[in-house]
Amino acid sequence: MASNSKSSERQRTAQQRLRIIAGHLRKPEEAYHTEIAAQECKAESSRTNPEKPNSVPKRRQEIMKWNGWGYSDSRFLFNKKGQAEFTGKRYRLSGMIMPSLKDWFEGTFGANLQHKSPAAPALGAGVVPPPNLNEAFVEELKATGIPFSQDADDRVFRGHGHCLHEIFALREGHFGRCPDMVVWPNCHNDVVKIVELACKHNVCLMPYGGGTSVSSALECPPEETRSIVSLDTSQMNRILWIDEKNLTAHVEAGIIGQDLERLLNESGYCTGHEPDSMEFSSLGGWVATRASGMKKNIYGNIEDLVVHIKMVTPRGVIEKSCQGPRMSTGPDVHHFILGSEGTLGVVTEVTMKIRPIPEYQKYGSVVFPNFQAGVACLREVAKQRCAPASIRLMDNEQFKFGHALKPQVSSIFTSFLDGLKKFYITKFKGFDQDQLCVATLLFEGDREKVLQHEKQVYDIAAKFGGLAAGEDNGQRGYMLTFVIAYLRDLGMEYYVIGESFETSVPWDRVLDLCRNVKERIVRECKEKGVQFPPLSTCRVTQTYDAGACVYFYFAFNYRGLSDPLNVYLGVEHAAREEILANGGSLSHHHGVGKLRKEWMQETVSNVGLGMLRSVKEYVDPDNIFGNRNLL
Amino acid sequence: MASKALYSRDPVLKKRDDFEDILEERRNSSDLRYAFKCYTPVLYKGLVPCKPAMLKNVVLQSDSLQHVIRQVSAESGESAEMVQEEAAAILDEMAHRQQLSTVRFFAFTLSKAFKSLFRSVCVNEEGIQRLQQAIHEHPVVLLPSHRSYMDFLMMSYLLYTYDLTLPVIAAGMDFMSMKFVGEMLRMSGAFFIRRSFGGDKLYWAVFSEYVKTILRNGYSPIEFFLEGTRSRTSKSLTPKTGLLNIVMEPFLKGEVFDVSLVPVSISYERILEEALYARELLGVPKPKESTSGLLKARKIFSDDYGSMHIYFGQPVSVRSLAQGRINRSQYNLVPRHIPKRPSSDAQSLVTDAAYQLVRRQEENMVLKPWVLIATFLMQNLEGVELSLLVEQTVWLRDLVRSFGAFLDWPDHMSSMRVVSNSLSLHSNLVSACDGQVRLLVAGGQGCESPEEQLFEQAVSALSCASYRNQLLHVLLRPALLAAAMHSAASPRKDEVYSCFCFLRDVFSNEFILCPGEAVQDFDEACYLLMKCGAVQMSQQGVMPTESGRATLHFLCATLEPFLQAYQVVCRYLCEEANDNLTEKQFIPAVRTFAVKLHLAGSLRCYEALSSDLQKNALAALQRLNAVKKVKTADQVVLKVNKLAVNSLEDTLGGKIPTQKPVLARL
Repeated sequence: MASNSKSSERQRTAQQRLRIIAGHLRKPEEAYHTEIAAQECKAESSRTNPEKPNSVPKRRQEIMKWNGWGYSDSRFLFNKKGQAEFTGKRYRLSGMIMPSLKDWFEGTFGANLQHKSPAAPALGAGVVPPPNLNEAFVEELKATGIPFSQDADDRVFRGHGHCLHEIFALREGHFGRCPDMVVWPNCHNDVVKIVELACKHNVCLMPYGGGTSVSSALECPPEETRSIVSLDTSQMNRILWIDEKNLTAHVEAGIIGQDLERLLNESGYCTGHEPDSMEFSSLGGWVATRASGMKKNIYGNIEDLVVHIKMVTPRGVIEKSCQGPRMSTGPDVHHFILGSEGTLGVVTEVTMKIRPIPEYQKYGSVVFPNFQAGVACLREVAKQRCAPASIRLMDNEQFKFGHALKPQVSSIFTSFLDGLKKFYITKFKGFDQDQLCVATLLFEGDREKVLQHEKQVYDIAAKFGGLAAGEDNGQRGYMLTFVIAYLRDLGMEYYVIGESFETSVPWDRVLDLCRNVKERIVRECKEKGVQFPPLSTCRVTQTYDAGACVYFYFAFNYRGLSDPLNVYLGVEHAAREEILANGGSLSHHHGVGKLRKEWMQETVSNVGLGMLRSVKEYVDPDNIFGNRNLL
Repeated sequence: MASKALYSRDPVLKKRDDFEDILEERRNSSDLRYAFKCYTPVLYKGLVPCKPAMLKNVVLQSDSLQHVIRQVSAESGESAEMVQEEAAAILDEMAHRQQLSTVRFFAFTLSKAFKSLFRSVCVNEEGIQRLQQAIHEHPVVLLPSHRSYMDFLMMSYLLYTYDLTLPVIAAGMDFMSMKFVGEMLRMSGAFFIRRSFGGDKLYWAVFSEYVKTILRNGYSPIEFFLEGTRSRTSKSLTPKTGLLNIVMEPFLKGEVFDVSLVPVSISYERILEEALYARELLGVPKPKESTSGLLKARKIFSDDYGSMHIYFGQPVSVRSLAQGRINRSQYNLVPRHIPKRPSSDAQSLVTDAAYQLVRRQEENMVLKPWVLIATFLMQNLEGVELSLLVEQTVWLRDLVRSFGAFLDWPDHMSSMRVVSNSLSLHSNLVSACDGQVRLLVAGGQGCESPEEQLFEQAVSALSCASYRNQLLHVLLRPALLAAAMHSAASPRKDEVYSCFCFLRDVFSNEFILCPGEAVQDFDEACYLLMKCGAVQMSQQGVMPTESGRATLHFLCATLEPFLQAYQVVCRYLCEEANDNLTEKQFIPAVRTFAVKLHLAGSLRCYEALSSDLQKNALAALQRLNAVKKVKTADQVVLKVNKLAVNSLEDTLGGKIPTQKPVLARL
């Protein structure tokens, strides 16, 4: 441990860091002051420890929605005056009123607050089919003392991710095949026992981390006849040790993003891995899907961050014998695990790189006259390898969307200032309101370097006609990504359904891909009989040396359609075809799951698919990990 | 699949728009005011505004051109700057310099010209509206049929009249030799391409990038002729796919969301170049395009050319053509600016599209009563009685209507009037005296040699034939079936089909027959002949009905001149050709041979004299491996497989149905 003064300084930076994360995530709450459990797994003792720093209880339904996104207390609604507000206390937006959201919502989708499409009421017993149990397995599991449940609520919660069709079905009160029981291992050894029992009794295991999948990865294969056991890793959530010499931390894989960050912050560190789902998604899930965080420019994606992985498979435990930073020992076995999507085993422990918390953080934004100019600027930034921690470019529609989320301004002065800004940009600088787009930036590091870096980026932006547009716009841009899933729930109350999807694409095709995919969505909606023009928008969210990651939102008003879900699925399918035809990848970070596996062969070639299959056949010949993702 | 979307087999389902005469307004209001009218066309929604000069710059700086410049410079050893200059020079020679003032000048003069040439110029206004919509949505390619120099002037004139974005037009270099006129055309939106530049990589790169840049920018519709050149025979020519390939590529590579191809059918009641074409077909060289020639040609203004019809077809989306046929991800692995030969599936997509588009042009061509009359006259060269002619014309009218022909027959007039009006408009070709109608033979007062007399007769005959040819696309498939039934050994369906396929194969350079669609064509032919009651399908096969004999006879007679002409070519190759026959000698030699047969009285049809048929026959023989082209140092020699040619001739003569029955998917 470091000296006293040093540690108090750390404490201070940790506090600051917490505030910053809270800034774009949630309201500061009372921080937990729990010791980091740096002991070996002692299942019994920790199980009785009620003060675990755990944001997710075993019974997730206690704090989270069963048929929507996030916390039960946080949601958007239109109040009696017809104004949008966000309930709860957790987020910066919580308790605020967004006066322009209603107009945007009605204008964009042709929706009407009079036309509601409410969800089916709460889960009643009897709606969910009874579990198909493997009695012998249950008996032996009982003997191990590992907690489990056969409650319908618990099972339903783990039978879906957050694809639109999954949530839509829940809201309609339709339940497909659910896991037959849920187990909560508490440590690596528990997982070993569960996997052994599953192999012995031929039970299907489906690992479950944060449940934020958007690839149908958590859907139970309907053709599965064996008992399906959902292996919920949420209770494996300790940081086992921190190695300050090598700047690594050894962490149980069930920990969710916000807990990991908070706990590390207390010691003055961070991982810097911040996927948009970090409130709920788990470390094991990141590894299993090859996740990407918004600040990957500084910290790297998950594959750059992991140093060591331990995974339990039906063949036994796989791990490397050392923690060397790079090895030339044949193909990297980590890469069989990264992106395996729960088909090979359960990731139980991960050693991850950590970094000291950055001293200074600053948001920023740049307005461009049009999307082309914005993309050209991002390309130049990538070329000069001076991308800030995060740089994103929203198209015009998304810019307007972000604006609709502006909370009520508190003073006449700010509203006057806003008006002035708008006047400057549209009238004085001649930007077309229906063309301009905005890049949001996040800088991190020491203060001086951040300021220097900021100047460099703004100088490049100026060459492409970009105008600095303030921190506030930047911050609001990032907020959008955290509340978008809540917004989708709001839309579903009023006949609006939507989804997001992503891809990665070489630089020279970014513009063409964005235009063609957006247009394809519009066209497909029209052809499939959607009565109102859809929202079809994109942003460039990551830059790489050789290309970029592009993220699309699309949503439409389904009033007048007899089978909205199939229309939606058809449009999404067409959009993915369009992406592939335009040189985009099947997925940048969401993974393949079952939703996109029809394109795997085309994506990795026959031989590639055969390679993956042969690994699966060796590691899991009886298909114990039978979620049927990927292959 | 795509063909289904594009083309409905049942002619009854073909719905066509109504026409408006645009000259009517021109005759009633000031041309000057019209030329200076406010012109604000609807533009492409994704347009990047761009001046012609800027356009050149974009092309010169484009990645693809720069890539080729570097490549050429590395191969030739010339410095990149030199090659760049060469490219700039090519581009200067090529590029259009469209400006509104020139267009207005044309608007004025063409108004005057059209009014004196034509009685009416009719346009389907719904097509114009569709076009306007298409221009707004996606880059547009205009694909007019090509029968006359008038075509592209008329196209630009129409688009100006209807306030649509003016097209840029791919024109042959020949125009550039006309002083002033070439430059005027350039300023009205024409760009000029060399007739042949096969091996010139740099030229190709400049040209294709120029076209693609215009397309991607959505600068203006691109117009070119699928047939590549004016058809001298009024039959559609086998489409050229080069430019179509270029304009489809931006879609295939994802550079634009879609491209709309708009087939346009331009039909003339009387073609301005009528006699010129016939002479050209008989070996009189085409007069060189020159300004003085143009001035001399002004005498055509004193003549009446009847009416003209322009039909803007349904836009065809390249995206929907490619749907399910092309995996566009094949373009993902190579940077898009590096030129690549189109893959075989892309090539076949383009070829099929080209054929389908030409068929679209054909089916929307307006046919005048004179076309029916000409068809009969060509079958009765010695002349017909007027009353019989009227009767027959009416009969044919009903037949082709049931085949779905787009016939402009004035229903409010008596048939007799219709026929005599047509005859008087074409009085330079036919004479009607004493109730006897016959082809006119110009000059022909015995003072000339028999060769000269024959030549004059042939000019009339081929002119007349060009009108008959306008009807052929309607009659073709039933006629092939009729001929197949005639020559098949038994009426069994598979045997008839195999004869049908043979004929179809032989004539696939002559007529527009989409490759690989034999079954569809056969089905269509059967359907049409059953519909008009000429055949019936029975257990024995395809049987003629009693009442249908006349129809079948007529259809066979329609095809007869082509069969004969092809046989003449075969006979020539068997009997007279020596081993050193060069490609250049071929046409004059066949002509001499045919003239000899004519004068000896053993050949009656004039088509055998036409260089167009001779060329097509040669191409067919080559395709059927009966003739081989061998390149020697300075010429191309034709190696004839006499056995094969001989047997082909016999088969065409209906002597032996050689082909084994093909068991096709019937």
